[in-house]
Amino acid sequence: MSGDGPLVDVRSLEKRFQRGAEEIRVLDGLDLEVPPGDFLALMGPSGSGKSTLLNLIGGLDRPTAGRVSVGGRRIDQMPDRRLAAWRARHVGLVFQFYNLLPVLTAERNVELPLLLTRLSAKERARRVATALDVVGLADRQGHYPRQLSGGEQQRVGIARAIVTDPTLLLCDEPTGDLDRTASDGILELLGALNREHGKTVLMVTHDPHAAAQARRILHLDKGRLSTEPAP
Amino acid sequence: MKFAPLVWANLRRKKLRTLLTILSILVAFVLYGYLSAIRVAFNQGVEFAGLDRLVVRHKVSLIQPLPESYKARMEAVDGVELVALATWFGGVYQRPTNFFAQMPVEPEPFLEMFPEYRLSPEERRAWAETRTGAIVGEKLASRFGWEIGDRIPLQASIWPNKDGSDTWEFDIVGIYEGAEKGTDTTQFFFRHDYFHESRGVGSGLVGWYWLRVADPDRSAQIAARIDGMFANSSAETKTEPENAFIQGFANQVGNVGAILTGILAAVFFTILLVAGNTMAQAVRERTAELAALKAIGFTARGVLGLVLGESLLLAATGGALGLSLAWWLISRGDPTNGALPFFFFPADDLLLGVALVLFVGLAAGILPALQAGRLAIADALRR
Amino acid sequence: MRALGNWLSQVAAVTRFALATLPQRKGASAAAMLGIAGVVLVLVFVLSIATGILRTMERSAARENAIVLRTGATSEMMSGLSGEQADLVAEAPGVARGEKGPLASAELFVIIDLPKRTTGTDANVPLRGVVTTTFEVHPAVRVVEGRMFRWGLAEVVVGVGAAREFQGLDLGATLDVGEARWTVVGLFEAAGGVAESEIWADAAVLQAAYNRGDSYQAVYATLTSPEAFGEFRDALTADPRLNVKVQRQTEYYAEQSALLTGIITGLGTIVAGLMGLGAVFGALNTMYSAVSARTREIATLRALGFSSGPVVLSVLIESMLLAAAGGLAGGGLAYLLFDGFRTATINWSSFSQITFAFTVTPGLLVQGLVWALVMGLIGGLPPAIRAARLPIAAALREG
Repeated sequence: MSGDGPLVDVRSLEKRFQRGAEEIRVLDGLDLEVPPGDFLALMGPSGSGKSTLLNLIGGLDRPTAGRVSVGGRRIDQMPDRRLAAWRARHVGLVFQFYNLLPVLTAERNVELPLLLTRLSAKERARRVATALDVVGLADRQGHYPRQLSGGEQQRVGIARAIVTDPTLLLCDEPTGDLDRTASDGILELLGALNREHGKTVLMVTHDPHAAAQARRILHLDKGRLSTEPAP
Repeated sequence: MKFAPLVWANLRRKKLRTLLTILSILVAFVLYGYLSAIRVAFNQGVEFAGLDRLVVRHKVSLIQPLPESYKARMEAVDGVELVALATWFGGVYQRPTNFFAQMPVEPEPFLEMFPEYRLSPEERRAWAETRTGAIVGEKLASRFGWEIGDRIPLQASIWPNKDGSDTWEFDIVGIYEGAEKGTDTTQFFFRHDYFHESRGVGSGLVGWYWLRVADPDRSAQIAARIDGMFANSSAETKTEPENAFIQGFANQVGNVGAILTGILAAVFFTILLVAGNTMAQAVRERTAELAALKAIGFTARGVLGLVLGESLLLAATGGALGLSLAWWLISRGDPTNGALPFFFFPADDLLLGVALVLFVGLAAGILPALQAGRLAIADALRR
Repeated sequence: MRALGNWLSQVAAVTRFALATLPQRKGASAAAMLGIAGVVLVLVFVLSIATGILRTMERSAARENAIVLRTGATSEMMSGLSGEQADLVAEAPGVARGEKGPLASAELFVIIDLPKRTTGTDANVPLRGVVTTTFEVHPAVRVVEGRMFRWGLAEVVVGVGAAREFQGLDLGATLDVGEARWTVVGLFEAAGGVAESEIWADAAVLQAAYNRGDSYQAVYATLTSPEAFGEFRDALTADPRLNVKVQRQTEYYAEQSALLTGIITGLGTIVAGLMGLGAVFGALNTMYSAVSARTREIATLRALGFSSGPVVLSVLIESMLLAAAGGLAGGGLAYLLFDGFRTATINWSSFSQITFAFTVTPGLLVQGLVWALVMGLIGGLPPAIRAARLPIAAALREG
């Protein structure tokens, strides 16, 4: 991803859902720019559309109208197959409930995105080791998710997100299921990834304490963004 | 191959379910193998008939005898190399359920006609020297524990002895081996001259003839020639290639093939349901995980491939174990303990079995796999 | 009494909850049900073949009839009796008498090759030479089309089964058999018995055509009563002029069909048994997943004070209900598809063709249902036990 413009560029984004006869406008003409190297926290009450926005930026969902560009590339109209390949290379996703495969060890879970590349088994192992080292779990590689604490599982999730070395990290409530101590560890890790590894981080959260770790905070309400929380 | 650990790990998730599914697939393929062997048994080894052999029998029915004098007349026909005669003896050994075929033959032309029945030179000589001598196939010998030198009594059901008794006694002088896997070694052959001199009725008559022709391509022509020779006599003949004769005989049973195919269809339908259900459950309970895989960049096709791979691995494990078990069971012998002349797992059916394994794997997995491939990530993750 | 009533109402309540969630598990439940239906279908199908053959044989045999063959012969085909021997049998004590004399029928039995309609290949069709008393000994035989053959002429009447299965037996057709050309003049029924697979002709004409002189193969005799059999048999076996074996007709037919029906029943049971094993694995899968889908619900009920017995029973009831539905579907389908389906096969014991109809009896359907219920029980029991043993606290926490 190159260029001097914003890394994430969202224009006039609309997303509507049909619930029965009723049409729900989740996002309504939303604009957002995220420069490279940013650490942005997206806050808002539940149902405000913050996860939807994150999904649209990550290419997990498609907008009803508007444009989403990441790294200068339009992803809102990319065909499914290319979109999947793009996700594998350019974004790392971190989920609230980690979404690790319970049947795989930490190491194997982290390796998953690398299976989609042409890397040799040896090279994959090297990168997995590096990623686990970065998140501080080098000694836990052979454990299954059920043998790890919540914080550790989330670290595995982050390792999986960074193992392909993407520029953009999208985190959906990454501390939502964790206690304060574990949360702090995860936020510190995200901050370090942002500062030391140059990752652009976009984090959805409803926790002001978590949001405070970011460089900037945006509030989402009724489908629109503002720098101030809604009254 | 790098996805193999993932597929394998998923199958181990619910070990009991995977085991039960593999077992049900295994059972299906054991049945498949067994029914294949039964089909072969009913077909009486049509494929092992000599292509250069013809069978000459009475036109009205196999049970009607032919004059012994036909032999010399057929030997004179151009293109006929060899003529051997035989008669159905139909004796009972100990009790009627101990069924096996017994036939009086002339040793010389008979052994020349059937080189697939292998006898040592000593055994050949012994048979030539012993009027009451009989040779038996190795399967038959092992079925009743007979050895060379044993004296075997048979109760005649068709041919009473000249002295009025029903008991015939034979001395086993040889145990023949089959040249091939498909050679029938369940029969009992004894000397026609002994039979001829000792039977009370039917003198001068034999059951049927085998002919060997020099050129199999001329079989039809020679058959027509022989039938023409005896037309309008009191014993008209019907001459046909040995394989047609055997096939006709097998067809008397009725359409066994269709019945067995029908049963197998029901078996595979049942097993497909079981395996398909397993895969559907596996996909259903893993919706969020599959969505996560798609989120981190697996394509729809990739996810579909993972699910199909899992289902194929299930089918391959169950199928390979089932086919092997069937092969082992069949090689241990037939369910009647040796009465069936042909009972083995044909190579063609084994190949078809492998194809069926793939089919079961694909068919069981395809719907759940498509469903997994179509998962909308955002919806599935929200659940 | 109160405890039992309470217990039963618990069972009813838990079962109702279980069945209420059944629609959510309809795919898996349908798969288990259809699997069991497949097994029952195959079982009933195969056994209906054996039953059809057995029925045909049973219908042929009259309780007061006896059959006399030469000693050593295991079927009519292998037997041989002279005319004098046949007369001796007719005069034996115990034989009933009709207007024309003793009810003894000396019969000739040969087979002729005729092509099967289905395959076009030759089949061994029985041709029976009969005498005037034959129709009194076998009273079920009745000409339904054309007319009876005339005595002394080369004419035949054909059983309706034979006419249906084999070529060249239509009214007016001719057959070259022995040294004669025979004309088909009539079709007959025999109350569904074996005779319907046969061709009948005047024994005297058939003897001449086969150069048999005055010889027969079997004598059938109608006795004054079934109890007269002992006397009849003893008189014949004691007679030094005879060398015969005497059997009741029922025994003879039972013996004739034993091999064939034994093979079919044996094979059918093995195949259905193995298939059943496969289906039980499927049922186990379904019921295990039903239990795991209901983990929270079961734990909640247990926490509320329901005991484990009703929980076990509710799982069993669900599995048996599915199995019963499968059994009924399989049996019903077998009845619709196969009952009355007519075909022919060779009976190795008599080396001749027998035509018969597949017969799905109520007894077979019950047998199929029993199999289904056993499969349901085996498929339901282990999951039921697991349900009862669920640790309540852990299960409640589960998502």
